[in-house]
Amino acid sequence: MEEGRRLRRRRKGLLSRLIRSLFFRKATARIGIYGPPNAGKTTLANRIVHTFVDEHEDIGIVSQVPHETRRTMMREGILIDLKAKLQLNPYPTENPHPPSNPYPKAREARAKLKIDIVDTPGLATKIDFHDFLAYGLDEAEAKKRAKEATEGVIEAIKWLDDVDGVLLLMDATEDPYTQTNIVIIGNLEARGIPVLIAANKIDLTDAAPQRIIDAFPQHTVIPISALKGEHMEELYEEMARKFR
Amino acid sequence: MDLISEDKISAMTSLEKLRFVLDGVKAGNIVILEGGLTSEEQMKLIELTMSEVNDDFPGIEIGGYPTRKGFLNLKRKTRLTVIGPANMMRTIRKDRDLISAIVSAI
Ligand SMILES: Nc1nc2c(ncn2[C@@H]2O[C@H](COP(=O)(O)OP(=O)(O)O)[C@@H](O)[C@H]2O)c(=O)[nH]1
Ligand SMILES: [Mg+2]
Repeated sequence: MEEGRRLRRRRKGLLSRLIRSLFFRKATARIGIYGPPNAGKTTLANRIVHTFVDEHEDIGIVSQVPHETRRTMMREGILIDLKAKLQLNPYPTENPHPPSNPYPKAREARAKLKIDIVDTPGLATKIDFHDFLAYGLDEAEAKKRAKEATEGVIEAIKWLDDVDGVLLLMDATEDPYTQTNIVIIGNLEARGIPVLIAANKIDLTDAAPQRIIDAFPQHTVIPISALKGEHMEELYEEMARKFR
Repeated sequence: MDLISEDKISAMTSLEKLRFVLDGVKAGNIVILEGGLTSEEQMKLIELTMSEVNDDFPGIEIGGYPTRKGFLNLKRKTRLTVIGPANMMRTIRKDRDLISAIVSAI
């Protein structure tokens, strides 16, 4: 009975979500950034804010130490307007190499979308305080960070109830075929939340974005470098298509 | 290693199932569930695990079987879910062939 009630509630959730998306298109889409620790979620969130709001404003701290982000942070009201941006600066990337496929010209760029960006700690099934000792933290600090990190993961899971879309970030140098990636995609599909996968860190020589494309053939995968700003326009175009 | 039959599992509520799995894993066992867990149950399991991580229990490893690279039907319930203590992760990896053998025997 308990099960049945939960199921009905979920169905209702799906239905009302559908009705909302058909008739009451929200002016602002709340987009959660998910993905494993160190995939580059905060780097991407900061880049979006730098590009469209203020180049000196950061959402969070980027670090090679895993679980740097232990609280979910939201920046509201970001207008992604690629056309306006490209008219101001026709070469918006820091990539010194000619891009493999040309960036859209200002008049072709249509991406326009208002979002709240939610930078989450992401998902993990294990957090071992010993792992932090290798980064020079003492035992007390490491244990504190581990405790906060577990709370961060729980918070990230709860935030799934409050997002309209998900940017799922994966590190293209790592095996994408992890159970946490599979679990989050399964949950998003069950809830009818649109998801866009970004294969990050393609600036690294051992990046293999094709592995991610092959692992999740039913989803759109955009290879990017959040750090170097590569292929960001394609990501924005696809976000506008998917999350509007 | 605990192999739990679908019959035993189907008599439990979702929460009982997750409690049962986590208790088994915290006791140091690799728990194999015939019939598997749905993605929603696995998400709940991650949440429950995170609330119980401590200095001696770093968390879990989950694997779904059968999984074939490049082929995945997420809507279908996994036929088998394997959950083990994170500090025994290498064991799970090593036993991959054994687990695959069990899967094909079921
Ligand atoms: N090479 C490379 N490194 C990146 C990229 N994006 C992020 N990183 C690095 O990956 C590490 C983790 O980044 P962070 O944004 O904190 O990851 P998060 O845990 O997912 O928020 C940092 O050292 C970043 O500089 C990228 O596109 N390319
Ligand atoms: Mg972060």
